[in-house]
Amino acid sequence: MESGGENGAVIIASELTRRYGAGDTAVDALRGVSVDVPAGELTAVMGPSGSGKSTLMHILAGLDKPTSGSVAIGGTELTTLDDNQLTKLRRQHIGFVFQFFNLLPMLDAEENIKLPLSIAGEKVEDGWFKELIGSVGLGDRLSHRPAELSGGQQQRVAIARALVSRPTVLFADEPTGNLDSKTGGEILELLRHSVQDLGQTIVMVTHEPRAAAIADRVLFLADGLIVRQSEGASAHEIVEAMEEIGAE
Amino acid sequence: MIRFTFGGLLTRKLRTVLTALAIVLGVVMISGTYVLTDSIDDAFDEIFTEARQGSDVVISGKSAFDLTEGSGVAEPSFDESLLPEVQALPGVALAEGTVDSESTSLIDEDGDAIVFGGAPNLGFAIPNGDSPFNPLTLTAGAWPGPDEVVIDADTADKKDFAVGDQIGVQVEGPIERLRISGLVEFGSSGLSIGGATLAGFDLPTAQRLFRKEGKLDEIAIAAKPGVSNQQLLGEVEEILPPETQARTATEQASEDAEETNEFITFLQGFLLAFAGIALFVGSFVIANSLSITIAQRTREFATLRTLGASRRQVLGSIILEALVVGIVASLIGLVLGLLLAKGLFWLFDAVGFTLPNTGLVFETRTIVVSLLVGILVTLVASLRPALRATRVPPIAAVREGATLPEGRFARFRGIGAALTAIAGFAALLYGLFGSGLGTTQVLLWMGLGALLIFLGVALFSSRLVRPLAQVLGWPATKIGGAAGLLARDNARRNTQRTASTAAALMIGLALVTLVATLAAGIVNTFKGAVNDLFTGDYAITAQNNFSPIPIDAAEAAAKAPGVTSVGNVRTGEARIFDQTEFTTAVDPGMRDVISMDWVEGSQDVLATLGDDGAFVDDGFADDHDLQTGSTVTVTFPNGNTRTFTIKGVFDPPTGGSPFGPVTISAATWDAEVPRPRNLYSFVKMSGGESEANQAVLDDALADFPNAKAQDRQAFIDNQISGLSSVLNILYVLLALSVIVSLFGIVNTLVLTVFERTREIGMLRAIGMTRRQVRRMIRHESVITALIGAAIGIVLGIVLAALLIARVDFIDFSLPVAQLVVFAIAAILVGIIAAIFPARRAAKLNPLEALQYE
Repeated sequence: MESGGENGAVIIASELTRRYGAGDTAVDALRGVSVDVPAGELTAVMGPSGSGKSTLMHILAGLDKPTSGSVAIGGTELTTLDDNQLTKLRRQHIGFVFQFFNLLPMLDAEENIKLPLSIAGEKVEDGWFKELIGSVGLGDRLSHRPAELSGGQQQRVAIARALVSRPTVLFADEPTGNLDSKTGGEILELLRHSVQDLGQTIVMVTHEPRAAAIADRVLFLADGLIVRQSEGASAHEIVEAMEEIGAE
Repeated sequence: MIRFTFGGLLTRKLRTVLTALAIVLGVVMISGTYVLTDSIDDAFDEIFTEARQGSDVVISGKSAFDLTEGSGVAEPSFDESLLPEVQALPGVALAEGTVDSESTSLIDEDGDAIVFGGAPNLGFAIPNGDSPFNPLTLTAGAWPGPDEVVIDADTADKKDFAVGDQIGVQVEGPIERLRISGLVEFGSSGLSIGGATLAGFDLPTAQRLFRKEGKLDEIAIAAKPGVSNQQLLGEVEEILPPETQARTATEQASEDAEETNEFITFLQGFLLAFAGIALFVGSFVIANSLSITIAQRTREFATLRTLGASRRQVLGSIILEALVVGIVASLIGLVLGLLLAKGLFWLFDAVGFTLPNTGLVFETRTIVVSLLVGILVTLVASLRPALRATRVPPIAAVREGATLPEGRFARFRGIGAALTAIAGFAALLYGLFGSGLGTTQVLLWMGLGALLIFLGVALFSSRLVRPLAQVLGWPATKIGGAAGLLARDNARRNTQRTASTAAALMIGLALVTLVATLAAGIVNTFKGAVNDLFTGDYAITAQNNFSPIPIDAAEAAAKAPGVTSVGNVRTGEARIFDQTEFTTAVDPGMRDVISMDWVEGSQDVLATLGDDGAFVDDGFADDHDLQTGSTVTVTFPNGNTRTFTIKGVFDPPTGGSPFGPVTISAATWDAEVPRPRNLYSFVKMSGGESEANQAVLDDALADFPNAKAQDRQAFIDNQISGLSSVLNILYVLLALSVIVSLFGIVNTLVLTVFERTREIGMLRAIGMTRRQVRRMIRHESVITALIGAAIGIVLGIVLAALLIARVDFIDFSLPVAQLVVFAIAAILVGIIAAIFPARRAAKLNPLEALQYE
């Protein structure tokens, strides 16, 4: 399942374009993006607002369809799947972490975490669940409802929810965007840790250099194109890179 | 602010439409009821006026007291010798005498009586076809001669009769076959008389058929030119014998119309009551929809406040919004009411119950009441949510996830709800058990009580939502998987919202349950009574199960081979202790076919009443302090008075008995009542119930197509069948309020889906299929409906138990099968209500839903 690409890539996307609207008012959000997401790495996608980074993530995750180009996850081409097949694929291959956590208010933490499996009609393996809870650090909070949890704790629940089905790829959309910097830092550590210790592949969209700095690889997007890639860059280097893009 | 209001309405089109529908339905019912009843009323007025055309003064028979139509006795006829005396009066230009009968059966080719719906079968004499008094128009053939008949063209058309054909006619005696001399229409322009059959004869033939030889029922008189109606009336009154009266034709027409007017007034009140129920349910839907909308617009109101809008302006904008919705909905309802009335005429016609119709009547009162009620209900329902909106503080504009502040009185909600419900029960109980209340007062107290009970229970039910959803949602969690679990949690999420949505359905189901439980009580009690009392084998009644039939039918049956006894119950009215009482008379055969529970006297009383014996029921005996040996004085409709000695007192079973409060012997009855009629005849045969015996009786009754012989079970079923028709009408009318509550559920779900857009987006993103989304919404809808059903059914049973405790002729009995059907109906309501919102939810694009704020 984790095979697929020649170089161990779990997502292979080529020549993606995405146009919104038609005629004079048409907007090109992506203008030919090819990207491979290697297994077991954290890939960050950076760029200023309107650069197309969110569109790219949505297309890679099968939530949106490209106007042209192709995307494959774990060897399955997404662009030809119908809504039902895409839903099933998301269950199996994809986990999401959102900026606003998006937990269900009437479920407690444990129920929220198990939700994807319960929707898929599957049971969680006890050992794995304990390990997961331990690694996200939620042991004593499982019976709390979201309203009784802090922002950081809510995002931990969200991360556990994304990991519980052991997806091929976890997509994180501005995971620290709604948190203070200390809590944000802890969440980033948790993501980093799940790559290192659990071998999880993660794609994270962010505009925070500090967040991108934990990535193995950073893709810089501007005006719908990948303008730069760097590996293991520090926050400082990322800030410089961003400034260069802005200057272009 | 006005532009803000209208802008808001337009951007929330769907919600506005759904909310308005709740009001439209109620107003349609009001407007439709008025148009329908006004139109029928108008048509009857026209018929009765037309019937009196040409006459200035009318002489008719006068009973000693007012009689109820269809009670088995009619106004007495008078001697025809009065006619020449009248004709000799100086002011009289023309006078004609006629006889009539409201049970003149025409018999079709198959030997069955022709009946269209419940319309009457009118028979009358036409002394002179060309006279100005004759309201009929000949469309074919000629006026009737001896042993001939004219029938209405409509009946001839439907039953394939033509001039020259023979047709069976049966009134008091056996069937006679007469030649059709012509076909007629009522009035000059083919006025519809609503399914009634007409049969006109020459005077001697009519007198013979109606058993009124030498008698007349009416004399129509036209005045000479220059003689006023009052002068003519004065002349006539001088020669009037007792037992007759004279009225001007106009007075007579309005007298004729009195009974129909009473019926129409009843029908109007009856239908308006259901319109009221629908509007009451509609007000819940409106209040709930507005509450949700306002909660969702908290930020919007806060922003307005920061921009300088006062609380008053916020309130004003919401009230204005409600006003606009109320006006538009009421106008639509008003117009649709016309269509409803038209549709109802068409529907009644299609099921063979043609109503008289001379065109739709649209009175100003219809417009005023429909609009006023529709608008007021909308405004009252919007008041509470509007007041809540004014409490949104400006700071809410900048807060993420700001919610509507709780009302100041929120913590008194539970107590307030309980007090309202208690006040409701108190009012209901006062209405039921309070002494010295008139019928109208009883109904008003009961109505007020029911209203308060529903309101109180609806307010209180938010506390019942959690436990009820837990129990009623259990099946959903079993069959719906994760979607079912989420549905149950969603139903419990906002208990007040779920409770108000369910409350609308609760009202409808409580009323349906009430009706069903009362009906079950009546049916079971009646069955019990028949089984307790009836010791015969067969019962003979009219085809429609309730009209009194000529005694010749039972006499024919008595002669049939194998018949050992026949007990007849004559029925009519008499004046006893200054009150008009339902009075019955029995013949000696009754002893063998009915077994009573005697408090005083014995079964033999039935056979030994003699000329001056009577028996009474124990209630009547108590009221008037009667026992064996006491005497009662009875005044008959003909004015004669007789004194009877009490020979027995019986205790009727809860389900009633075939006897009135006072019963005398048939022989005495027949001496005082011309053309006596039987309500029931009970027959005992050697060999009991058998196919052969049934055939023997059918054969004996062949000449009386309006009579039928039934065995015990068929008799019970037939007697109850009238009740089932009434029940079905009630169910249809109550279905209207259930439909209104269905719209309420749709509305809540649409608003909820809208509110949870992002959540649904998330669920789709993490692997929920469209089908699962639909299932989740559907289960939530069903759980909500079931909560309403559970509370409604329990409430309905409680209300029924209270009513039954009040009346002494019904025992309580639970209609289990119907209640199961109602629960299933509630599930269906839930499923149907969810169709549209579920589809909308499933269609949400997860991407857009996630970005939605």
